[in-house]
Amino acid sequence: MVRILGFLVGLGFAGVLLISLVTNLAQYISEPPAPTAEHEFHLHPKEVSFASDGPLGKFDRQQLQRGFQVYKEVCAACHGLQYVAFRNLEDLGYNEAEVKAIAANWQIEVPSINPDTGEAATRPAIPSDRFPHPYANEVAARAANNNALPPDLSLITKAREGGAPYVYSLLTGYQAPSEKLLEEFPSAAPGEGLHHNPYFANLNIAMPPPLTSDGQVTYAEGNPEPTVEQMAKDVSAFLIWTAEPKLESRHRAGVASLLFLLVATILAYMSYRNIWAEAKRKVAPKGPLDPEHMAHREDAKADAAAHGRGVEG
Amino acid sequence: MATVEQADPLLKEGDGQEGVRRRDFINIAAVSFAGVGAAAVAVPLVRQMAPPADVLALASIEVDVSKVEPGQAIKTSWRKQPVFIRNLTKKEIAEANAVKTSDLRDPQTLAERTKEGKENWLITLGVCTHLGCVPLGVGEGENRGEYGGYFCPCHGSHYDTAARIRKGPAPLNLAVPEYEFTSDTVVTIG
Amino acid sequence: MSFAWAKPYEPTTALGRWMDDRLPLPRLVYGAIGGGYPVPRNLNYLWNFGVLSGVFLTIQIITGIVLAMHYYSFTGGAFWSVEHIMRDVNAGWFLRYAHANGASFFFIVIYIHIFRGLFYGSYKAPREMVWMLGLVIYLLMMATAFMGYVLPWGQMSYWGAQVITGFFSAFPLVGEPLRVWLLGGFAPDQAALTRFFSLHYLLPFVIAGVVVLHIWSLHIPGSSNPTGVDVKNEKDTLPFHPFYTAKDGWFMLAFLMLYAAVLFFLPNALGHADNYIEANPLATPAHIVPEWYFWPFYAILRAFTVDFIIPAKLWGVLAMFASILLLFFLPWLDRSPVRSGHYRPVFKRFFWLLIVDVALLGWAGGSAATPTVVAVSQICAAYYFAHFLIILPLISKFEKPLPLPSSISASVLHGEEEESAPYGLAKSDNA
Repeated sequence: MVRILGFLVGLGFAGVLLISLVTNLAQYISEPPAPTAEHEFHLHPKEVSFASDGPLGKFDRQQLQRGFQVYKEVCAACHGLQYVAFRNLEDLGYNEAEVKAIAANWQIEVPSINPDTGEAATRPAIPSDRFPHPYANEVAARAANNNALPPDLSLITKAREGGAPYVYSLLTGYQAPSEKLLEEFPSAAPGEGLHHNPYFANLNIAMPPPLTSDGQVTYAEGNPEPTVEQMAKDVSAFLIWTAEPKLESRHRAGVASLLFLLVATILAYMSYRNIWAEAKRKVAPKGPLDPEHMAHREDAKADAAAHGRGVEG
Repeated sequence: MATVEQADPLLKEGDGQEGVRRRDFINIAAVSFAGVGAAAVAVPLVRQMAPPADVLALASIEVDVSKVEPGQAIKTSWRKQPVFIRNLTKKEIAEANAVKTSDLRDPQTLAERTKEGKENWLITLGVCTHLGCVPLGVGEGENRGEYGGYFCPCHGSHYDTAARIRKGPAPLNLAVPEYEFTSDTVVTIG
Repeated sequence: MSFAWAKPYEPTTALGRWMDDRLPLPRLVYGAIGGGYPVPRNLNYLWNFGVLSGVFLTIQIITGIVLAMHYYSFTGGAFWSVEHIMRDVNAGWFLRYAHANGASFFFIVIYIHIFRGLFYGSYKAPREMVWMLGLVIYLLMMATAFMGYVLPWGQMSYWGAQVITGFFSAFPLVGEPLRVWLLGGFAPDQAALTRFFSLHYLLPFVIAGVVVLHIWSLHIPGSSNPTGVDVKNEKDTLPFHPFYTAKDGWFMLAFLMLYAAVLFFLPNALGHADNYIEANPLATPAHIVPEWYFWPFYAILRAFTVDFIIPAKLWGVLAMFASILLLFFLPWLDRSPVRSGHYRPVFKRFFWLLIVDVALLGWAGGSAATPTVVAVSQICAAYYFAHFLIILPLISKFEKPLPLPSSISASVLHGEEEESAPYGLAKSDNA
């Protein structure tokens, strides 16, 4: 009974699926889907490496400081960093006094309350504050940016497929749309207030090119030339840190755990072999009773029987 | 692994004594090593309950005391606990200094409880040392107890003008947190 | 089964005797996973995944309890609290990554455990109850994992909750009210988040309870084995402790290395980038996908594209539920008396086809729904149902199994005297 019902149910589902398949195929053949500009012209992130890559990767603190400088001077006007606190900057190698000064001099003040009147007010940031939002709320952010919302950057390298290389590619990927693109997909040309960038999912991004010229940010003595590529790479490295500030502890703990587990596994394996040696037996069905072997024997017997040299049994 | 020794009839007869001991060593080593691993994993499970970094970051605060007149006190919050900052009057200082320390339950002079040159600023935790209630006496018109300092309404502890315990069940004076005056009117607590 | 070595538990200390008279817990453990449980001696490494799934359940419960100490089930603060755990709580990043990847590894282990059962016929009499309780655990795990994925309140959390509760609206009449009742609102919001948190905390303990039943029902007939032949005598078995504790132990450590490698070096590889964006009810991600362990079911759901008598959406939802529920009937669909796939030449081929089929379904479920992907999922979903409901019953009727070994010992111990004349040959020729 179960099997008859099951048979009918199986036939039902499989049948409807095959009907779906045939219908879709017919539709696909009669009107093949048009290729899209995103599909044809979207590019994968460029190959770029960071000091924090790989299982032993560590942050390059000089680079993080440069990246922070780029963030501060270029990105921070529109993009927040709401999950990062000023005190976290000590991880980048700044000392307590420097962090205090960075917080106190930050271009945006922290919302507070006037202690005398109770009215909304602002005060200079202190190290325990998180980076204040550049806009009071989403509506204000959109109003100031041609209805586009500048995303918070704290987690951006984890919140985008492709991670930091994507951020780097996006920052260095602004270019005029190719003639081929405009020829094939005239509608893919950037509209009012949009900018062509083949690394962006739909090719047209609302953010104007943030890094436009070499030397836009002045690095301190002893740092590399602030070319657009260098600045983009530095700020991407900085954003790896903002998204995953515990990366170095994670890598260290990982190496230690794996080494420990390796030794533990070897010891436990020796102990296992030692205990099983006492059972003195192989455990897998190998040898003459291996099912494969049995199958061959059955074939050979049948063959022999067919040729009249029958082996009964 | 004791069970191995006692339990196994499958053990081949005539296995040398020495061999058995050497083999047991491997089992013991494996089990102890795994035990160390388990203990190491317990560390983060315990450590996660300790104060997180953002709580520790708030462990020090700055307070502007310029608006506190002599005879007034303010209540502020430090590490989620009340802190009393009192600007003592000359009379209150004199009263506190008139007491013989040997008569006190927790002998301390007012000078020991304030900073040099800032003897009029009495800064204490607002946590009764008996069972942790918040004493009265900061607000205008609140009961300041028989000794003119603070009074804890929970079990009737009386503190004097130097916030020292004088009467009632509390064993110690109100605690003085670590603090320093970073300018004439700004005090950093913690 | 009372074998010479499977001695009844005998407490050796005074405290042990005192305890045994009052609460014989050590006796229970001894009989369940100690020297008192006889296990077939020929288990291969696929049998380690049962114990391993218990290990991962434990990891999930412990890390989960600890994370709940820091998590806020509040729509305005859930995402923030996760970041707080990652950045400020001591070792918080470790605990969260251990929990998130632990869920994936729990499913990896469970899938191997389930497919092992499918290949070796572990669902067959007398172990039907073991199989069905296992499926109950699997269903509970899926519910727990889904609700757990909602808790960080990222974009995928939110839209996953939206889509999955949307399944219920496929049912005519009762569907939409049912969905609104489940969510406590018209879209996932505070009410849904709080109840998901409550149930996400509760269900693992229900799972642990069903695990006890699963093991209990297993201990009635005893463990199956790769030959599928019943245990016939003492020589066929070994005591669980120390033999299988040692084997499970070393294999567990080796498997934990794999887990640690992902946890520490690729902690986000199995997740989705969109879940690092806070939930936004006004913007849908370009490409909503569930967690990888749901991909095959998601592919089945999306494979139905034609309104045939009933709407395509309802077909998809029914098929998705049916794809799991049909496994409950497996012991009665496959009536072959032979358990192990090793001795079932036809079954074996279709079994490998099923593995490929489910892998393809997984790939299709995780990819964007292009025409090719949908076509693959349609073919594979059709095969999935045909496999269990049509092919298996037919195979079990017509297949000619290979000869079985006479006993487990015969399959593994061909003694020295038989070494020169192969054991099986000598025997069958004399018969």
